[in-house]
Amino acid sequence: MARRAWGALLSGSGNGVDHLLSTYNANGFYDELFGNAAKPASHTLSVQERLRQLDFDDLRRRASDAERELYNLGITFLVYSDAKAVDRILPFDVIPRIISAKEWAHLEAGVQQRIAALNLFLHDVYHDQKILKDGIIPAELVLGNANYREQMRGIDLPFNTYIHIMGVDLVRDHDGTFRVLEDNGRVPSGVSYVVENRHMMQRAFPDLMGDIGLRSVDNYGMKLLEAMCEIAPPRPDGVDGDPQVVLLSPGAYNSAYFEHIFLAREMGVPLVEGRDLIVENDKVYMKTTGGLRRVDSIYRRIGDDFLDPLAFNPDSMLGVPGIFEAYRKGNVALANAIGTGVADDKAVYAYVPRMIKYYLGEEAIIPNVETHICREPDALKFTLDNLDKLVVKPVGEAGGYGITIGPRASKAELEECRAKLLEDPANYISQPMVPLSVCPTLTEDGIEPRHVDLRPFAITARNTWVLPGGLTRVALKKGTLIVNSSQGGGSKDTWVLTEGPAEEPALESAVADPFQSQSQSQ
Amino acid sequence: MAALLARYAECIFWLARYMERAENLARILDVNETFARDSYGATNWVTIVRLNADEKRFFELYPTASAKNVLNFYILDQQNPTSIIAAVSSARENARQLRPLISTEMWAQINVFYNKLLAWGPNDIAPQNIQRQCAFIKEACQTHTGITEGTFFRDQGWYFYNLGRNLERADQTTRVLDIKYHTLLPSPRDVGTPVDISQWNSLLRSAAGYHAFRRVYPRGLTPAAVAGFLLFNDNFPRSVMVCMREVDSLLNRLNSKYRLRRGTLPLERSDELLGSLASQTIEAVIAGGLHEYLDRLQLSFSSLTSDIAQAFFHADQPATMTA
Repeated sequence: MARRAWGALLSGSGNGVDHLLSTYNANGFYDELFGNAAKPASHTLSVQERLRQLDFDDLRRRASDAERELYNLGITFLVYSDAKAVDRILPFDVIPRIISAKEWAHLEAGVQQRIAALNLFLHDVYHDQKILKDGIIPAELVLGNANYREQMRGIDLPFNTYIHIMGVDLVRDHDGTFRVLEDNGRVPSGVSYVVENRHMMQRAFPDLMGDIGLRSVDNYGMKLLEAMCEIAPPRPDGVDGDPQVVLLSPGAYNSAYFEHIFLAREMGVPLVEGRDLIVENDKVYMKTTGGLRRVDSIYRRIGDDFLDPLAFNPDSMLGVPGIFEAYRKGNVALANAIGTGVADDKAVYAYVPRMIKYYLGEEAIIPNVETHICREPDALKFTLDNLDKLVVKPVGEAGGYGITIGPRASKAELEECRAKLLEDPANYISQPMVPLSVCPTLTEDGIEPRHVDLRPFAITARNTWVLPGGLTRVALKKGTLIVNSSQGGGSKDTWVLTEGPAEEPALESAVADPFQSQSQSQ
Repeated sequence: MAALLARYAECIFWLARYMERAENLARILDVNETFARDSYGATNWVTIVRLNADEKRFFELYPTASAKNVLNFYILDQQNPTSIIAAVSSARENARQLRPLISTEMWAQINVFYNKLLAWGPNDIAPQNIQRQCAFIKEACQTHTGITEGTFFRDQGWYFYNLGRNLERADQTTRVLDIKYHTLLPSPRDVGTPVDISQWNSLLRSAAGYHAFRRVYPRGLTPAAVAGFLLFNDNFPRSVMVCMREVDSLLNRLNSKYRLRRGTLPLERSDELLGSLASQTIEAVIAGGLHEYLDRLQLSFSSLTSDIAQAFFHADQPATMTA
């Protein structure tokens, strides 16, 4: 039944995918399906072959079926317009983004290395602050950061892990080199789409993915639960080994609510809201039909500010009064830890390669995008002199807001940007415009190149595990580089290939020891 | 045994109630369009507006109780909290919160159902289409019931779901009966006339009880027999008696199987209610005034609902009061 589309249209009516791929032009960008002249993507050949055998109308029909199914299953996020909440799906493109086993081993090692360094950094800034004393990172950048939490000083955490759930935004430049664009170490989202996109592809395109050796993404929930249990504090009353884990969500009107549901289900734990929890004698309880029940470990999808009105933002209605004190006393685990925002700040980001060197004595496996920190006079001058060539980003914003893309900006926009930079230089960084790689994408007119990024997800308690692949976001609007869902981006299924049909055990062991190989900087 | 979050228990209770409410309303509208015609062949829609004492709100929004207006008010009007779309929307909001607990199939069906209703326009509820559309709503609600029966995990949540369903069903039955209470006033004039009989028939049909009633009373239909059947019959699935027996047994099992000791008060209240139903006769009820009796039943359902909420849904309030 899976093979119905095979060879359906090979007779050259001009409407086959074959024809569209033959006239496809990546416009000089690195292409995720074809590579480039210097680095052709040989690992995608069998998928290319299968794509070429599809009939375009069939492809389009299956794509629209898939989107309807996303809507019916409620795999949606809420968008507010005219004071009404509307369900929207994250647009889904059916042409997958494919990563070879070798590329993935490199990325996995790079992500593990980065998380190791960031966790060491967080432990350091909330304890001895050696890295500040040694002058590697300006102290005021860290201590004066809005996301630095003095309350965390001196608190010891299991395995010294602060960032348990991490999303690293990667982009690929002209010559196909992956670079880190941004770290997400607070409450990264999007992992539910990774798994749901795969399910969608399995239903809609079994013929495309059969027998090509694909790494599974199914065990994310299990790995997350494992980590949540590992960090749960031991309980003297004898229920060790079966801690009560919950997922704390701001509620059904949060735009990422679907993901909260997804993760609670995958872990098999209750999804609670602040009003379901209560703190008594510095212990956290949830309200059940039978009364109060102790909670040991909380995957919280609420930001630091809103977590505890007694410790942080006093106006928060979403949080749980007293939870910070329970946390401080070690009576409950939180993931991510409080205060991780100081590590994924866009200004601190620029120092991460130096951080890796400082704590691990290694070069960064995945390099950063070249970054100018406008708080530094030279960098500010360079940025002001080259405004029309650079991307200027405020350091505190997420979701693609407040960004000025120099080469695309009008004169007036550039002047506005200049004024803001001069007014508060420390609030900005600038980067060259990365020519993001493209991937063939289904559009109104056929199949065209669209820019993509990649957000791998990793879970860390005692060790770090990286979900094979990650979320590929795609900028659906022609020419645009901003892939955020709030700015009209969509997503694709991300396929990490195994080495071959018979996977060699040697590969898995190489992956398990990331720091041993591939530490060249690119 | 896995604990159930109090908020989930409340949501599942109300999810069941709203779906049951939508189904009952579809039944009433369907039957009214088809059977409830007076001797001139006109349908009397104003009685429907009395269903939830909605007259005041209805006439603020619509000049007349025409078929078109009443159908719009009860099916598509999102401003009307007692409309079908409002019930399904509330069911969906509860289901959305319950998604970690309920099956994906339960959620997807409610979601698709709601989105279909949202897409309906005036033509979909024109009188010539109303039967088909009411049948669609009934079937969607029954599909929900079937999916729930077949996929919902049978732990505490299942008990709260059925508590909600049976309480709502009992309540709806009293409301359907209340539409016609005036024909059972102690000094009836045209009780027993052909028109009146067809109205009682339609009442039975709206509760899917016509054939069942015929089996129990093959020889004729009296208004009192119909009222007695809907209230006290031991086997009819929509009778108040059968629903309350189920409620009582569910509360009992929550107390014993799950040791929810806070459930003592609602159980006592439900025991009392069941006892009083069992010792009642329809003749006594009519003599004392059917409408007043139905009112008292509705009040006791509502206090039972608050007792259940107090005992199970608001676990943060002191338990010692009720334990």
